[in-house]
Amino acid sequence: MYNKIAVIGDKDSVLAFKSVGAEVFDSSTADETRALIKKLSQGGYAVIFVAENLAEQIPDTLAKCKTVTFPAVVPIPTTEKSSGLGMQGIKNDVEKAIGVDIIFNK
Amino acid sequence: MNVNPTRMEMKRLQQRLKTASRGHKLLKDKTDEMIRRFIAVAEENKRLREETEKELASALVSFAQARANTDSRVVEEAILMPSRALKITTSSRKIMGINVPSIEVEDNGGELYPYSFLTVTEQLDNAVRGLNAVVIKLIKLAETEKACNMLAEEIEKNKRRVNALENIMIPQLTETIKYIKMKLDESERSATVRLMKVKDMLN
Repeated sequence: MYNKIAVIGDKDSVLAFKSVGAEVFDSSTADETRALIKKLSQGGYAVIFVAENLAEQIPDTLAKCKTVTFPAVVPIPTTEKSSGLGMQGIKNDVEKAIGVDIIFNK
Repeated sequence: MNVNPTRMEMKRLQQRLKTASRGHKLLKDKTDEMIRRFIAVAEENKRLREETEKELASALVSFAQARANTDSRVVEEAILMPSRALKITTSSRKIMGINVPSIEVEDNGGELYPYSFLTVTEQLDNAVRGLNAVVIKLIKLAETEKACNMLAEEIEKNKRRVNALENIMIPQLTETIKYIKMKLDESERSATVRLMKVKDMLN
């Protein structure tokens, strides 16, 4: 049963999520993150939030997670300014499905 | 296709062509419907992401300020044991035959601020309040984004199927059927000619 939520990122930026009851995992390198995602996806986590700066480094792992129902791996910005990775993800999906980007060009 | 030009083979191929065209039509309709749904999901996804990114950023800024204002160990201690647990229940629902996750958040009604107000500053309160609000949206975002991902994947697959049927299977079958038909006609003609010749010889 998938009923847990995890947040992966460097210690300083994800600590805040502890206060709302999510489980927080430290990671600062791509390899660590990869291993964590692999472990967590077998551990009953429904949603895994990954800090954008880490998510950027592991596009292959994210792509692999896209094909299964659980867990949902979602990149989130952990600094004031978002790097736009999440938006890029939506854009890619739209392009993949429709061929041209009709949502962002409005 | 390499086939024997027999009537039976032709019948078989005609049946296959019929199935293929029907499948092609059905798959094409499926793609259209999936794209329609996908656009709605993608727009929702974009809207949610814009909102959450903004709110999350402001909550995190408050949190950073809180840590800067007080001893960061105090802050860590304050939020170490949250009294609210994020309870979620998950199930899957189907969009056009694809299993997408559906996540429900349950509020267990725990104390929002699991610390004493004596040691920490107002910024931490703001951060915690902000995060609490945004985390529910984040989960909604996760759900939508997943649906978006999976739909996109499925649409791509489906398009491939439609193309394969339209550009390879159906032309190939039509071609082969035509070839068999011509062969059969040809042999029929030669049989007639042979008969005429034989009749001539007999007379």
